[in-house]
Amino acid sequence: MSTSPIQIYVPRDAAALSVGADRVAKAIADEAKKRDIAVTVIRNGSRGMLWLEPLVEVVTANGRMAYGPVQPKDVPSLFDAKFYEGGQHALSHGRTEDIPFFKNQERLTFARVGVIDPLSLDDYIAHGGFSGLKNALGMTPADIVQMVSESGLRGRGGAGFPTGIKWKTVLNTEADQKYIVCNADEGDSGTFADRMLMEGDPFTLIEGMIIAGLAVGATKGYVYLRSEYPNAHKIFGEAIQLAKKAGWLGSSVNSSGHAFDLEVRLGAGAYICGEETSLLESLEGKRAIVRAKPPLPAIKGLFGKPTVINNVMSLATVPWILAHGAKAYADYGMGRSRGTLPIQLAGNIRRGGLIEKAFGVTLKDIIEIYGGGTASGRPFRAVQVGGPLGAYFPESLLDTPLDYEAFAAKKGMLGHGGIVVFDDRVNLAKQARFAFEFCAKESCGKCTPCRIGAVRGKETMDQVIAGQSDKLALIQDLCTLMTDASLCAMGGLTPIPVISAMDNFPEDFTPATRMAAE
Amino acid sequence: MDHVTWDEATASGIVNELKHLEGATLPILHALQEMFGYVDKRAVPLIADALNVSKAEIFGAITFYHDFREAPAGRRVVKICRAEACQSMGCEDLVAHMEKEHGVVVDTTSKDGQLTVETVYCLGNCALGPAALIDNVLVGRVDTELLDAICKNRPHDRMQG
Repeated sequence: MSTSPIQIYVPRDAAALSVGADRVAKAIADEAKKRDIAVTVIRNGSRGMLWLEPLVEVVTANGRMAYGPVQPKDVPSLFDAKFYEGGQHALSHGRTEDIPFFKNQERLTFARVGVIDPLSLDDYIAHGGFSGLKNALGMTPADIVQMVSESGLRGRGGAGFPTGIKWKTVLNTEADQKYIVCNADEGDSGTFADRMLMEGDPFTLIEGMIIAGLAVGATKGYVYLRSEYPNAHKIFGEAIQLAKKAGWLGSSVNSSGHAFDLEVRLGAGAYICGEETSLLESLEGKRAIVRAKPPLPAIKGLFGKPTVINNVMSLATVPWILAHGAKAYADYGMGRSRGTLPIQLAGNIRRGGLIEKAFGVTLKDIIEIYGGGTASGRPFRAVQVGGPLGAYFPESLLDTPLDYEAFAAKKGMLGHGGIVVFDDRVNLAKQARFAFEFCAKESCGKCTPCRIGAVRGKETMDQVIAGQSDKLALIQDLCTLMTDASLCAMGGLTPIPVISAMDNFPEDFTPATRMAAE
Repeated sequence: MDHVTWDEATASGIVNELKHLEGATLPILHALQEMFGYVDKRAVPLIADALNVSKAEIFGAITFYHDFREAPAGRRVVKICRAEACQSMGCEDLVAHMEKEHGVVVDTTSKDGQLTVETVYCLGNCALGPAALIDNVLVGRVDTELLDAICKNRPHDRMQG
């Protein structure tokens, strides 16, 4: 007879907490005490099946058994059903790893998220953590950069720029100080992969940043995290302290003689800070006004020094590449989109969450097979991919594979991999108006097309919505101007949701049909 | 959230403790706001002196970022996400409900200083929308029942995280 306590996992991911995971964890601990059953409650990250949160897992001889969504009132009946031995209950889903949504993924970047205790270095190392860094410590900087280049990794923030080329530029630029900056200003609606990783496997990001430092000769890193993520701030901050204490960060990383230190800086609620040059201005303590490029941040970045600035996902994927090799990563994917994409399925969707898949899966499969259709049960009408600057697609474009080039060919963009589903109650003219409104609110104000164009766009859309559909020609003109003349992607891409809504849903922009529908 | 009233010595202490950081402006502003609940105008010359930059630069930073308040917020702060994913789940209906049923207008503070309701764009809880940050605690699947409790200052188990 085993006397060791039963291990029960209850996530501490913000999404799970937002539907009561803390209350469930407490209820389980209290009930176990009452019944005199020895349990250890481990607070893991989320498995990404967010419609099942709080998802409680019990470790059994047959693997981890899943129960969800669990509310505190369900806890006594779970104990009655002996869930702590894997017993059957109305909330049972069998083995977590056999749930189809989870099983049919290729989890590389997210391999440990939801599996381990995010603040246990032992757990991290037991699941392969730091093996990429150990390999990197035995390589020359040029070889590390070469490996990242050969993996085909492209920036996961949205632009899809090859990570290896960025790193090579920084490596080849002489300077007394270089920086690694991680862009964790995940402001796109419909995205949460950065947050989930920083809450569920923070050491992976730390490891990726150390490797980047070794690769380009940088000794200092900053993570610029949005202030809307207090839970990620807390967990990631603790992870840095643990890594420092254990010698993974500091004057000699794991006694290698290489120095690397890391600091988290909080943003302050400005969407524009996701744009890399504006983020650098913000880190320097200024108004986050976009910089003109060139010079590139790789040559003159933070405080004028050569700077690698990468998204959380890009940096957190590097340890896997260093551990398993460039080819193993490049073997996933299609065309020029190599590897996997952490897809975030959100909005009006029955089964929303995080799906890491090799590039090439179609939008239709994600929404229908993984997502199971709309949450409301009403017919699907539109999907916005790539955040507030991404295109609205109708059903007829759902066969588009998730691939940077395939999306560009359909006048859309993959962005940071966020997918927001709308049912038939959506009005695309209102969504187009919102795109302008959002741009007007969040524009840094430096260039006129964005600062003024967004305001004029919103006003003109108001006229269109009020019935003046002849104003649509003005919107077209304005969009051409904003696309061609804006300084950065904020003003330059705001026309994408607007034009895609007009092209793909013209019926929402003509008063007669709209009124008939209402 | 409890905050202390403005006090120059405390503010100077915060500024001096953080001024050595590279790009210290935002960390200082966050720390001041955490202490006092807002960034008092009187902090501007203190920060400018400590960092050896102009007062205009500090004022410019405070006014650029949505987070920094120039006056204290209400006793309770509710930030409602109104970005696309939450729109698809009806966040605008919630905004309308608060105004119609409770006279609570988003992006204002109630006259008695009890409640501030603000717009936020994305809290990273897009698969469990509509989402809100209630006194810095993230809540998913927000419904009118929860908002009614907040507006009427009644307890609700979902506010405790």
